[in-house]
Amino acid sequence: MTSTNTSTALANRGVPAEIDGPANPLRVVWRAIATIWSVPKARIGVVLLGAFIALAVFAPLIAPYSATDNSFGRSEDMSAAHWLGTTAAGQDVLSQIIWGARVSVFVGFAAGIFATLIAVLVGLSWGYIRTVAGDVINFVVNLFLVIPALPLMIVIAAYLQNGGIGMIILVVVITGWASGARVLRSQTQSLRSRDFVTAAVFSGESPGRVVFREILPNMTSLIVTNFFAAATAAILAEAGLEFLGLGDTTIVSWGTMLFWAQNSNALLTGQWIVLFAPGLCISLLATSLSLINFGVDGLSNPRLREGASR
Amino acid sequence: MRFVLNKVGLLALTLWAAITLNFLLPRLMPGSPADAALAKLAQNGPVSPATKAAVEAQLGVPTGSMWEQYLSYLGSVARFDFGVSYTFFPQSVAGLVTAALPWTIILVGLVTIIAFIFGTLLGVLAAWKRGTWLDTLPTVGGTFASAFPYFWTALLLVFFLGYVGGWFPTSGAFSRSATPEFSLAFVGDALYHAILPATTILITSLGGWILGMRSTMINTLGEDYVTFAEANGLRPRTVALRYAARNAILPNLTSFGLALGAVVGGSLLVERVFAYPGVGYLLYTAVTNQDYPLMQALFLIITISVLLANFIVDILYGILDPRTRR
Repeated sequence: MTSTNTSTALANRGVPAEIDGPANPLRVVWRAIATIWSVPKARIGVVLLGAFIALAVFAPLIAPYSATDNSFGRSEDMSAAHWLGTTAAGQDVLSQIIWGARVSVFVGFAAGIFATLIAVLVGLSWGYIRTVAGDVINFVVNLFLVIPALPLMIVIAAYLQNGGIGMIILVVVITGWASGARVLRSQTQSLRSRDFVTAAVFSGESPGRVVFREILPNMTSLIVTNFFAAATAAILAEAGLEFLGLGDTTIVSWGTMLFWAQNSNALLTGQWIVLFAPGLCISLLATSLSLINFGVDGLSNPRLREGASR
Repeated sequence: MRFVLNKVGLLALTLWAAITLNFLLPRLMPGSPADAALAKLAQNGPVSPATKAAVEAQLGVPTGSMWEQYLSYLGSVARFDFGVSYTFFPQSVAGLVTAALPWTIILVGLVTIIAFIFGTLLGVLAAWKRGTWLDTLPTVGGTFASAFPYFWTALLLVFFLGYVGGWFPTSGAFSRSATPEFSLAFVGDALYHAILPATTILITSLGGWILGMRSTMINTLGEDYVTFAEANGLRPRTVALRYAARNAILPNLTSFGLALGAVVGGSLLVERVFAYPGVGYLLYTAVTNQDYPLMQALFLIITISVLLANFIVDILYGILDPRTRR
């Protein structure tokens, strides 16, 4: 990877590269989206993610009923009034799915942002310094990488009884920052010896400025990749913890829907849609983020671009 | 030799860190897990002084300095003495863990090896036939399947193949009537019960191997020696397998250890769905009953197992690729 600017310019062949002055942030974002959009797989991801975000934002307008309204018949089949039937407690499944999107989207984005933030701070400073402290960080990061994340999350969540969404975001961030830090560190190490960094150091810039103003912008696509990967992991981890009944089981989310489905023996009553729908939504949301990452990969690594021949 | 010694040293250091983390966790938490545990234990009858000491050593008590607590904790870990479980009173935690561990190790171990072989082969194929349906199908399918929550795949398989189809048992690791023994009938019964859990883990973990192998394979295909082998007129299969894949497989091995942690985590959820008597189901039982001594011991054992597996892969990697021995 050379830099984001060159790869974007390559992607928009035929359009003259702009080199005058600092780029308008809005235009940069727009160009990044256009690059991602140009990859068919990523395009599907963008559409899917957009649909889920719309579902989460406009839940009060879209959902036919309140998600907690349990005044309907119990374990009903699909009907015109209840497209996906009702749960064993008499709630409308479709409304729960729509409201549940809020939790997954929120947890995914919040945990993704925090985990990426820590990964950037640790990874970049760790990659830039050349002292003994680097070895210590190396050990800590490797420790967090090898300790199986889910058991650690389960243990922490078990101590913080019914902590709700905030607790889930916390445990996901604690266990999810390390892999990003390692990837960003090795990229920082390879950029550290480039000429533009040496020039910045000689012109008297402070280490902090060199790391975050000179090196950081060159790693944009890597950071974006890391964000989507962290968000995917967060969404799956959140669902897993809630399925086990760790966290607040009274909120309506896809994870708690599956928790209640399992505990009310939806398997035995034949309510397969109560099992099928929430899990499918979790998978689709997670897939949409992974698919977008195919486009982000293409930003930095031309070998992974679609249609490129061997 | 130096390489192995280095790795052993690193393993010892990591083990110590994991054991210490296990010591710190309950002490960093709000409230007093030790008091809660002792109170629950007292419901089953009088608590013997030895049990009380073991629980306090693991979960922390206000008395005694942190350093004294730490030493007594290290002592009890070394003696493999984790106290008594109160969910399964009066069984010892150590005994419960030892009984559950083989089930998980065999299930996860076998499935991981199968997933590694299949995933790597599919990844080679996808990279070699890039742009054709042989590439798109495993890549997109793998991405989608690895986004499946483990427990969801498990629930669907239980429902459709277990309850609706009735082809497979829906819970447990062997029939209720069977007693664990080394006979052909029992092993067959256990394998039959393992098919659904194993398939679940396989479906979800396969994608990672396919994608990983595909991308390293694409990188090796760009190397000069591959072009040279092609120019020499070697058969395409020889070039793909003996030249490109052989070198692409090595970087993929390093992700083996990290993937293992994720698979172990996933298997915990799978075991919950199938009520499979491994460490995952035991951990679930411990967590729902707030059985802290059992929970702490299980976390430690799971972590140590993953660390050891990583160590073995590291050593193997060093043997396969001499460059890493430096």
